[in-house]
Amino acid sequence: MVLQWLFDGVLVLTLLWLAWRALRSPDLFTAIVLFIAFGLVMALAWVRLQAPDVALAEAAIGAGLTGALLLAALARLNVLADSTNDDQTAGTENE
Amino acid sequence: MNSSLLYALAGVGLFTLGLYALIVHTHLLRKILAINVMGSGVFLVLVALGGRIPGTPPDPVPHAMVITGIVVAVSATALALALMLRLRAETGQERLPEEPSGY
Amino acid sequence: MSVADRNRLALLFRWVLLLLLLALAGGLAYALLSLPDQAPGLSERVTANMERSGVRNPVTAVLLNFRGYDTLLEMGVLLVALLGVWSLGTAAQQRRVVPEPVLSFLVGGLVPVMILMAGYLLWTGAHAPGGAFQAGSVLAASGILLLLSGKRLPAWLPGRSLRFVLVLGLGVFVAVGVTLMSASGLFLQYPSSLAGGLILFVEAAATLSIGVTLSALFLGGRPDQGE
Repeated sequence: MVLQWLFDGVLVLTLLWLAWRALRSPDLFTAIVLFIAFGLVMALAWVRLQAPDVALAEAAIGAGLTGALLLAALARLNVLADSTNDDQTAGTENE
Repeated sequence: MNSSLLYALAGVGLFTLGLYALIVHTHLLRKILAINVMGSGVFLVLVALGGRIPGTPPDPVPHAMVITGIVVAVSATALALALMLRLRAETGQERLPEEPSGY
Repeated sequence: MSVADRNRLALLFRWVLLLLLLALAGGLAYALLSLPDQAPGLSERVTANMERSGVRNPVTAVLLNFRGYDTLLEMGVLLVALLGVWSLGTAAQQRRVVPEPVLSFLVGGLVPVMILMAGYLLWTGAHAPGGAFQAGSVLAASGILLLLSGKRLPAWLPGRSLRFVLVLGLGVFVAVGVTLMSASGLFLQYPSSLAGGLILFVEAAATLSIGVTLSALFLGGRPDQGE
């Protein structure tokens, strides 16, 4: 019982921490990778909530496909960008 | 108290976190990430509330709604990313024009 | 306004925003904590009607039978999103990458397994976790893998056949619904003896459409025709 609460607590804190890191990270690539990790931990949370159908959907769509879409879009942004302005600076600089 | 409530509260936390990032960031890709985090928070609240009565199996209706929601979220994300890339191609900018206060 | 003033204003704005968001989170948390302990919910009605739904997984029963409208409209949303992406421009020219031998070996081995897995998820969705959306997304993942490994779309694909597969899910869903309406008078009202087979039929078409639509969304634009 205590162990379950501990697990749920750690899982919830990991979720919030990953979301915070994904949204605050100065580098867009890191942000997207953290977001994919966030989706995978979400899938664990769905299992804990006895929703295995949602867990499957989240792991395949939320983490996998959304991540692929975001990374492809980021790659296209960087291709369009001048070579002087890579995503490292685009994330932190005010234009 | 049931651990479902813990997940529901975490959902509220994710929603608020996402809303904050949505308002503060000017880069559109970050705004899209933020909207996705907000959506995850809403889904978490929905499913957690469907399973909060101990001793009974969780309600399948919110589960089905959330699966629908996840697919809608990914298609909306794809459309938003395409809009962002088009905006970038048209204006050379991938962020909103207001002068950002942070980053 | 000087730079210092502007910075001070930005800081003030940030604090006001934080306060407002904290109030919002507090209000939502209070609303959650003050919910009644016993709520009727819909699970009892779902359990009571499971016999007539034609499947044994309650989530699939809700998605494809009890609330089939939602899923039908969702197929519409997917299609509209793809139309939106296509109307924004053509897909970026795919780079002609020559995949490394390890990658092409892995893709060659993985993609058939993934397609098999999609079929399994589709079939098992009737009585265990799984279903059209999970199967469709696995199918989409295999499509994306193929695109990433430098496989080019065959020239015949972007034309009519692609569009046919894209609308297949929605089309079959609507056709089944309308046929049932002419038989029983209600849209998407499955007779319980046929429900299992009809659900599998609709789901199979939906899986194919979801998989292809999501892969097409990954391309980020309308594929070039007549290339």
